[in-house]
Amino acid sequence: MNPKVKWSIAAVLILLLLGGLYMLEQILPANSIIFTVLQKGAIYSLIAVSLNLLNGFTGLFSLGQAGFMLIGAYTYAVLTIPPESRAAVYQYYDGGIIDFALPVPVAMILAGVAAGICAFLIGLPVLRMKGDYLAIATLGFAEIIRAIVQYDKLGPITNGSNLLRSFPVFHSTLFPFIVSGICIAVICLLINSSYGRAFKAIRDDEIAAEAMGINLFMHKEMALVTSAFFAGIGGALLAMFQMMVQARAFTSAMTYEILLIVVIGGIGSVTGSVIASFLFIASSEWWLRFLDEAQFIGGMQVPFLRPGFRMVVFSVIIMFVVLFYRKGIMGTKEFSIEGIYRFFTKGRSKAGKGAK
Amino acid sequence: MSENILHVENITMQFGGVVAVNNLTLDVGKGEIVALIGPNGAGKTTAFNVITGVYEPTNGRVDFQGQMMLQNHPTGKMAKAYKGENMGMYKHTMVKSPDAIAKLGIARTFQNIRLFSELTVLDNVLIAMHMRAKQNIFSATFRLNYKEEQRMRRAAMELLEIQNLQHLKDDIAGSLPYGIQRRLEIARALATEPKLLLLDEPAAGMNPQETQELTDFIVQIKDQYDLSIFMIEHHMDLVMQISDQIYVLDFGRLIAQGTPEEVSNDPRVIEAYLGVSEDAED
Ligand SMILES: Nc1ncnc2c1ncn2[C@@H]1O[C@H](COP(=O)(O)OP(=O)(O)OP(=O)(O)O)[C@@H](O)[C@H]1O
Ligand SMILES: [Mg+2]
Repeated sequence: MNPKVKWSIAAVLILLLLGGLYMLEQILPANSIIFTVLQKGAIYSLIAVSLNLLNGFTGLFSLGQAGFMLIGAYTYAVLTIPPESRAAVYQYYDGGIIDFALPVPVAMILAGVAAGICAFLIGLPVLRMKGDYLAIATLGFAEIIRAIVQYDKLGPITNGSNLLRSFPVFHSTLFPFIVSGICIAVICLLINSSYGRAFKAIRDDEIAAEAMGINLFMHKEMALVTSAFFAGIGGALLAMFQMMVQARAFTSAMTYEILLIVVIGGIGSVTGSVIASFLFIASSEWWLRFLDEAQFIGGMQVPFLRPGFRMVVFSVIIMFVVLFYRKGIMGTKEFSIEGIYRFFTKGRSKAGKGAK
Repeated sequence: MSENILHVENITMQFGGVVAVNNLTLDVGKGEIVALIGPNGAGKTTAFNVITGVYEPTNGRVDFQGQMMLQNHPTGKMAKAYKGENMGMYKHTMVKSPDAIAKLGIARTFQNIRLFSELTVLDNVLIAMHMRAKQNIFSATFRLNYKEEQRMRRAAMELLEIQNLQHLKDDIAGSLPYGIQRRLEIARALATEPKLLLLDEPAAGMNPQETQELTDFIVQIKDQYDLSIFMIEHHMDLVMQISDQIYVLDFGRLIAQGTPEEVSNDPRVIEAYLGVSEDAED
């Protein structure tokens, strides 16, 4: 397909999507569950794709995504709370020691940079070693950073174990869609660049990659830092979505959730991660909610339905997906305009032959 | 001295108690085709792995283009366990990672083909051009390296055309027939712009006709790219036809060296290697 045609179609689809979201916001009440799902789904898409860059495209196994998100969320929150609100937020720490607020875009980029710097430092010792030490190191980092942030002595900056709030948040679903969309597009550009090819070479065969002159350590660092950078931005988005941050929430369970999304979507498929994020968030936040509430049919209470049952069903569904779709929804394939075009043209030419 | 592109001196590679390569000394001259032969388990691949930085040698040194590239001597536990010779002759330690050695200009193929099997044929070749491309992660991501990328793609397609693989450029490398994979591996090695090309059993699994084509091809690329070639090969007709120099390895030791005629008439070689294969053919 002509690239110009392809890009035009893509542009039209993006405009349609954004237009559709805008329309939705005019029609539905602002507290509709659909917006929760769309916003959180978009944010998780970015974080899942950032993890996929490591696990799926570079063959590095990291379990630190929640830690990088935490760094991003805190960096964003700490740097954007308006000075006039600080006295209330940092009430136990005399209003904290920071008395400025950065513009939102600057703070978001710094959120990514802070997470990237942490990743770089973790990578320095770990990525020189052969074997899967990265998983252990990043998991350890995520646990430790959660404790450090809550450390009382850091309270004037991090507010200790109290939550951070009053920072600027978004008011339209378009915001997380646009930010995540741009970030995912950049990741895709990277994956399809010469560096992305080098990452995939490392994933396929480290020894051969090294023999072709690819410096394993440097390229792994690049993948790790890039992944953390975007996880940091994802963390900032999540903070905005929740309208507050608290270190306690960024547990390893959060990392596993994201890992699960990547596996369900297909390790090595960007579109798979995105689709799986929305499905995952929709099921956990919306479709399966009714399982947590007692339901009555004709005056009879349906058995099993009580708080917590949702997670049981959810786990069973996940188990089935992992068992029967071992490669995830998409495998390593991508959902593309070209693919759809080919699908339809193939179908048509076959039909044409059949008619003659 | 500068006539030799590769100079291997007293290299010993000991794994635990196993001496895989024992005091190996050899030279590859500029523009020459040099063969390393020997029975299975003789230590040929291990010698390649030392030269390309996959293993650190236990003792000895390797020079490339007249410059010291690798040097080592037994230390720690190995100093006691060392079974080789010339201990104490080398005082320094100089190690290089495989990617640094590739960048110096040594490319290789692998005995058990190691392509990037999930990637396309074209990507396999492009990856080998990555290290010399003028770009960084930002310029590559945001396509500011557009011209460089175009140049790489053209050069990669040229390499594929030489091998007659251009029509397969979008095929997944791992799905190709064995013989084509071997040829692709050579194309990929050439894409690193090497001065010295190491081929580990390039004709393995090929029929006589394919082997003859490969023989001609090796001579052709040597001239076209101004290469020196160092190869491990079991197909004697290939080796005898094009080698300037042959080294024969047995149990990690060099047992003979010389021109094809000298080596094929050497009684030790006939006993250790050629004799065995003649027996096997009977
Ligand atoms: N990493 C290693 N650790 C321990 N022993 C090794 C290692 N690599 C090679 N060896 C041993 O070194 C010896 C030589 O192996 P090598 O692969 O170099 O032989 P070769 O001459 O290439 O044989 P072939 O013709 O079968 O390819 C073998 O006995 C092998 O078991
Ligand atoms: Mg071998």
